[in-house]
Amino acid sequence: MSTSEKWVGRSIERFEDEALLTGQARFMDDLEPVAGLCYAAILRSPHSCAEILSIDVEAARKLPGVIEVLTPDDVVAMSKPIGNLISRKLQYYPCAVKRARYFGEPVAVVIAEDRYIAEDALDLVVVKYEPKAAVVDPEDALSSSATVLHEEFGSNVVHERTFQYGDPEAQFAKAAKVVACKVNYPRVNSTPIETYGVIADFDASNGRYTVWSNFQGPFALHPIACDALRVKGHQLRLISPPSSGGSFGIKQGVYPYIVLLALAARKAGRPVKWIEDRLEHLAASSASTGRVTTVEGAFDAEGHLLALRLSQLENVGAYLRPPDPAALYRMHSTLSGPYRIRHISVDNKAVVTNQVPSGLNRGFGGPQFYYPLERMMDLAAAKFGMDAAELRLRNVVRSDEFPYDTVTGSRLESGDYRKCIEAALERAGYPQLLARREQARRDGKHFGIGIALAVETSASNMAYVNLALTHAQRLKSLPKSGAAGRARVIMDPLGSVIVHIDSVPNGQGHRTVMAQVVADEIGVLPEDVEVVSDLDTFGGAWSITSGNYSNRFSTVVTSAAKLAGQQAARKLRAAAAKELGVDPDQVQLVNGMASAPGGKNEPIQIRRLAMQLHWDAGNLPDGVDGSISELAEFSPSSLTVPDEHDRMRSSLAYSFQCDLVALEINSATGRVHIEKYVTVHDAGNLLNPAVVEGQVRGGFAHGFGAGMLERVTYAADGTLLSGTFQDYMCPTAPELPDVDIVHVITPSPNTLHGAKGLGDGCSMLTPVTLANAIADATGIKDLTPPFLPGRLWHLMRGEDPDAFTRKRQPPETGSALTLKGALRGDGTVAIDAPRQQVWDTLLDPAKLKSIIPGCESIDATGPETFIARVRVNIAGIGGLYDTKIRIFDRKEPQSLRLSGRGESKLGLGEGEAFVTLKEDGGGGTVLSYEYSADVGGRVAAFGQRMLDGVVRILLASFFDRLRAYLRGETPSSGLMATVRGWFAMLQMLRGPK
Amino acid sequence: MLEIEAGEKTTIRFTLNGKPVQAQAESRMQLADLLRHVLKKYGTHVGCEHGICGACTVLVDGRAVRSCLMFAAQVEGASVVTVEGLSNATGGLSELQAAFRRHHALQCGFCTPGILASATQFLQDNNAPSEHEVRDMLSGHICRCTGYTGIVEAILMTAQKRGGA
Amino acid sequence: MKSAPFKYMRPDTLEEALSVLVEHGEDVRVLAGGQSLGAMLNMRIVTPSILLDLNLLTELSWIEEVRGFLATAALVRQRDALDDATVREHIPLLAQALPHVGHYQTRNRGTLGGSVAHADPSAEIPLVLATLGGEVELRTARQIRRVKASQFFRSALVTAREPDELLTALYWPRRNPAQRSAFVEFAVREGDFAIVAVACTLDAGTLRIGFAGCGETPQIIERTGLVDLDAATIQTIAREASAGLACQSDLLGSSEYRRQLAAVLASKAMSALTRETVHA
Repeated sequence: MSTSEKWVGRSIERFEDEALLTGQARFMDDLEPVAGLCYAAILRSPHSCAEILSIDVEAARKLPGVIEVLTPDDVVAMSKPIGNLISRKLQYYPCAVKRARYFGEPVAVVIAEDRYIAEDALDLVVVKYEPKAAVVDPEDALSSSATVLHEEFGSNVVHERTFQYGDPEAQFAKAAKVVACKVNYPRVNSTPIETYGVIADFDASNGRYTVWSNFQGPFALHPIACDALRVKGHQLRLISPPSSGGSFGIKQGVYPYIVLLALAARKAGRPVKWIEDRLEHLAASSASTGRVTTVEGAFDAEGHLLALRLSQLENVGAYLRPPDPAALYRMHSTLSGPYRIRHISVDNKAVVTNQVPSGLNRGFGGPQFYYPLERMMDLAAAKFGMDAAELRLRNVVRSDEFPYDTVTGSRLESGDYRKCIEAALERAGYPQLLARREQARRDGKHFGIGIALAVETSASNMAYVNLALTHAQRLKSLPKSGAAGRARVIMDPLGSVIVHIDSVPNGQGHRTVMAQVVADEIGVLPEDVEVVSDLDTFGGAWSITSGNYSNRFSTVVTSAAKLAGQQAARKLRAAAAKELGVDPDQVQLVNGMASAPGGKNEPIQIRRLAMQLHWDAGNLPDGVDGSISELAEFSPSSLTVPDEHDRMRSSLAYSFQCDLVALEINSATGRVHIEKYVTVHDAGNLLNPAVVEGQVRGGFAHGFGAGMLERVTYAADGTLLSGTFQDYMCPTAPELPDVDIVHVITPSPNTLHGAKGLGDGCSMLTPVTLANAIADATGIKDLTPPFLPGRLWHLMRGEDPDAFTRKRQPPETGSALTLKGALRGDGTVAIDAPRQQVWDTLLDPAKLKSIIPGCESIDATGPETFIARVRVNIAGIGGLYDTKIRIFDRKEPQSLRLSGRGESKLGLGEGEAFVTLKEDGGGGTVLSYEYSADVGGRVAAFGQRMLDGVVRILLASFFDRLRAYLRGETPSSGLMATVRGWFAMLQMLRGPK
Repeated sequence: MLEIEAGEKTTIRFTLNGKPVQAQAESRMQLADLLRHVLKKYGTHVGCEHGICGACTVLVDGRAVRSCLMFAAQVEGASVVTVEGLSNATGGLSELQAAFRRHHALQCGFCTPGILASATQFLQDNNAPSEHEVRDMLSGHICRCTGYTGIVEAILMTAQKRGGA
Repeated sequence: MKSAPFKYMRPDTLEEALSVLVEHGEDVRVLAGGQSLGAMLNMRIVTPSILLDLNLLTELSWIEEVRGFLATAALVRQRDALDDATVREHIPLLAQALPHVGHYQTRNRGTLGGSVAHADPSAEIPLVLATLGGEVELRTARQIRRVKASQFFRSALVTAREPDELLTALYWPRRNPAQRSAFVEFAVREGDFAIVAVACTLDAGTLRIGFAGCGETPQIIERTGLVDLDAATIQTIAREASAGLACQSDLLGSSEYRRQLAAVLASKAMSALTRETVHA
């Protein structure tokens, strides 16, 4: 068959689509695979850092419809910590044990007859916390005064390694120019529209957990989950649903919930379903690592990059959760990127912070690496007064150097980087863009051009994870290596073709492409190939490397299927040869028929040949052992463990990408307008170009989101501020500019179809491409995404764009307050009563009881301290809260200081107020107050915009009531009654001021 | 006045994809949950439960609305159409659905049923939309897979094919 | 993320609705379009004991001319107002603002009255009502009162409505033939709440500019006796107006940035006024 007749390489429509378009596809929450399902809801910590003093689940347990409540004590009793590569002392359970370490960390699991009841019961669980100072910034985590997150381990630095390749110091010593760049790269969350889901069942008769989950692999995590559950491999059966609503890596991070829900099912004695909600997802699923990188490049006088010096500080969140610190090592063996650099030193550290644990998110370790590298290249170009593209052309691996062995051990197998860069320049109309830039600058406009390059790694050698260990440590541990793909081709007794694959797709069209691959091998039509992509660890074609990550589908899984197809074809040819009376080699398998030129019979249906191998097993052709059920593994032998110098081939295939953007910034608003975006990919041969285009556009949307809109944002106390889809802003259709896609093809010799993979693509490179253009347009050197208009506007004025999330500076001189709260204000109230009477009232619990709105009781617990029990019942908001109040620094009758701290289901708050009383000269009193308050927990995550006004209103209400009381009136609900919003509960959070 | 006590399940009667149905539910149940978990129409998907992502969009009395922001009791007497009711009469793909397939307007397909519901009403409102108008309407949906290009093309081509443009 | 239990009450008449409020007042949340309230219920940010669903009250879905006003009943859906010829004719500023309200899908369900009663500080409909000097009709079982928008919005999500009152209608001053109007806003994404929104009218030398998104409530400035709105005047007014605004900070923008946007948008809106020739 000639190449042009092959199915691979064609943009056929997807077989997945009809079910998806008609509502017949079945996703995780559509499954009811066992009878007797009940439903879980998870109680989560409102604190980013707090000791858990007690958990009282009795009221929750008594609620009708509640089956059980799983507590941290149960988890400790029934499981082991989830192991990691570095230390047993870094204990990670799937829920907070004794201490909560990030906002949203699971604290208990309620199992009930339905999700509504389960959530009702969450409101009845009483947890007492003792908050501690949170560590939010990775650089702060290094400080000796920082809270140590894992006291048993003793340090927030959980991993540290240095590497040297070549002799970088000598190169830096002789360099003509050294260019440095420091970047604090933020964290993002890939946020598929389908969240995590788990159904867990426990069979006590054989100690087996069966779990359905939209886990996407890597299945190397299956043994880790088994270990945590203290069971053997066959006692944790994992089954994936037929369809998965997107992942982009993040559904790797569902595995701790697999463990947690397995334990919940065991405790409940019923199968349990848990579907993560969006707030849970944004707070507590997984996020990419944040990374503080300093990169220095040593250049010779002509602009050749001689050496790199890298210092990387990785923020893995609250726990070192496998596979991390792998994100730090994903690009390790390609630290030279696309450049000819022979000397590199690296200083790696990973720290824990009070943030969500890290995991796979599109690009895994790629954006964090390419952003500083490609920013540095631009800074270098500026320093040399050289065109940014020209500097890169001068440094990329030359076309005649492939295969090119990097100094860190990778083998870039094929490519033509110059051609790709030139293609980008040509497609973008680079000379015209340069002319436009000149004109725009003359007109005082901010027009910029950005270019960036990346090598994209495909089919990760799982050995790279072990680069976190020294060679000596590696020798003592179990060797790990390889990037196997697996597939099984079956032809059943009616001759139908069924293919099992191990790639666990999340929407990438694997079933369609796989049908194309197998159709080519056995001569049938793609629509006659049924591809089964759901994975069951009790069957199918899975191995430890299975899963949907690092572009392994287009590289190793399709290669495995090709091998399996060839094995099937060999049997079909043997069977046909016998009937046609020819050599098997002469048999052609095309369009469902086996034929041979010059054969004695008419062509035979391939289907019938396959049937014969089942039905007539006593009469098998020579060399055929049975019917067609062909398992093949494609396992490249070149992917071995790192050598003693920490060199290794980290991936099987290396794609190349060049992005170019031209944009203009409105300096009045900070809004960026994209004029042109070109992305050039060399991903080798394209298996289905339309599917490839979808990957490029989708990767661009993620990259554009990370560059312009998205960021996992925490307040200084570790409260998540990006907790809803309103605040975590994914790009929608109007924001996304058009992308001009160009393919340059140099096939990979390492994969059987010559494909290299491009699923990460723009998600790795678009943020820095945009940054380079913005730097070009504005002259700003120090840029971190996302380039929201409000951030960019401040950056263009040389100001801190993130002042809002930072810890407040100490109050200006003159302030009497010690609390550096984010909410501040002051006010003055005229009260028609003598000063002493006001003073006495403020210090009399019985009187305060009738002034504080909703106060049911107030009791002195010490000379300065009180506990107030307050019921809030305003416009639908109800609840009973205990608030601790302290009144101190009393200078009767002139001034006093109040502090309050309260907590509710919605959050927590603390406030401090300094109150002075002066006589007004006419028998009345002037009360002045200054306050400072901080709000944390869910309330802060939801309603940033509202808080200032609310505090003011609440204070006004309190003083209104104080005034009324002193006039001898019964305080009415007054202003408080007009509070219509949810935030009225803030009254509780602050205590009376 | 209809009064349903907290915790009380009542029978809700309405038309679903052209057929009369009735279901038992608490009044607080989201319409999305009623459709999916009581009536087992799993084609409607839930993505955020706060009205932003648009995955759960269905047609209520002909209008595209978030089924996570409506409560079960509110559809009493209404006509609801989900993705299961959008195929053509013979059960094959409608013009719009076929255009989505042709233009690779979906990958994981999780957001797609909601987008189809919106596009159905939108194309009835506007038989010759501009790309800008299509994108504006789509701002009520989040798709994380496709970058929207194929979706915009599919909707524009459907309008064109129907002779609007 | 499921609502806490509530008693569901769906009156068939306005009278029934009002009697529920008299009896249960503070325990009630009123459900109109539900495009904000639905999310707040799902998140259990609000947990009312009674949800009073107005959606069957045909008594609350009219649009009528009432002496100098176009009155819109509380339950008029944003989508229907957008399609309504009398709205376009008499309150062109509202017609200009409505496409910016939420999304196509949320406008299908969201109501004019619900948006005003919710009083989000960035919301467009309250801004238009305040800029035009409109009024809010509040009804109890015993009385009807009309509150000027400037008195109605007290703070973010806080209004002058008492627990036993229902917002039943909005009164929009009808445009006189000479009035010109413009609406502009700046949001990160289309359909997001605006960081800053500006509504603007010019009528017989009187210029009114309203700002939303800056502070807790819409803020209105007025200039009278304007002869010519030339470029220099526009710049001066925009600068002065923005300088006097209360502005808050959040993740999307600092108070300084909001002030800057307010000036930029005010200029843009005033410039649009000078260009505008056709109104309806």
